[in-house]
Amino acid sequence: MIIDWPHFTPWSALAGGGLIGLAAALLLTGLGRIAGISGIFAGLLQPFAAENRWRWAFFLGLLFSPWLLRTLRPGQPAFPDADITAPGQWLLLLVAGVLVGYGTRMANGCTSGHGVCGLARLSPRSLVAVLVFMGSAMLTVALLRHLPGGVS
Amino acid sequence: MSLLLACLSGLIFGLGLLLSGMSNPAKVQGFLDISGAWDPSLAFTMAGAIGVAMPFFFWARQRSRTWLGLPLALPVSARVDRRLVFGSVLFGIGWGLSGICPGPALVGLGGGFLPAMVFVAGFCGGILAFNRRSRSTGDA
Repeated sequence: MIIDWPHFTPWSALAGGGLIGLAAALLLTGLGRIAGISGIFAGLLQPFAAENRWRWAFFLGLLFSPWLLRTLRPGQPAFPDADITAPGQWLLLLVAGVLVGYGTRMANGCTSGHGVCGLARLSPRSLVAVLVFMGSAMLTVALLRHLPGGVS
Repeated sequence: MSLLLACLSGLIFGLGLLLSGMSNPAKVQGFLDISGAWDPSLAFTMAGAIGVAMPFFFWARQRSRTWLGLPLALPVSARVDRRLVFGSVLFGIGWGLSGICPGPALVGLGGGFLPAMVFVAGFCGGILAFNRRSRSTGDA
């Protein structure tokens, strides 16, 4: 295994993680809800689902977070440069989105619900989900990058 | 009050995703690429998030109401079944292909990050397709 030292950013990664944990703790101890983003967003796609009010509030907070970062840290972009020029890149992103939408509904959670909240409450079900989606994602990247004829 | 708190939680959550690098697809793929040059940074993000959240989940386990007086609704299912495993496999493939998972997708949507916006279109389609299929088969 080779470590990619030039890209290794342990402190900002840890601090960002701490904020994510804090946000999940706020939602849990105040509203009594799990910060599972795929579930929250899926609720919003069912317009008459009960308790969508807090989901909309949480969603708005997420949407405005890049604006907050730009205000706190002016002069630095919130996102990397991204040129999607080839039609293949659009298609790849669309297909990936469909798989993530379908898969997270089927498994009832994603990186936030199973990954952060599920592991924080020591749920065996979430541990299985995390091991499976991490394994599947790592295998996908390995095939994508290191197979002869891979894209990057 | 509770709506304000939910909004604040979303704001802090998004800030955490941005600061950690989770909202950068190349960084995420670098973390998932254990067979190449591996960037382990995001393992620190997972550890930080779980470490901070864990004591609060223990607190919640011993209570039935939150400090706002609302009922605590923790998931009750402990079932490990084909649906959980197969769904997670599909999610992992999509995450690996794009380097984007649901949280960063929505943060990117808010920030005008084009790859995330394209991803969200597919994300909505996948959710609606699952809902339609489970309605027609009577599955929850």
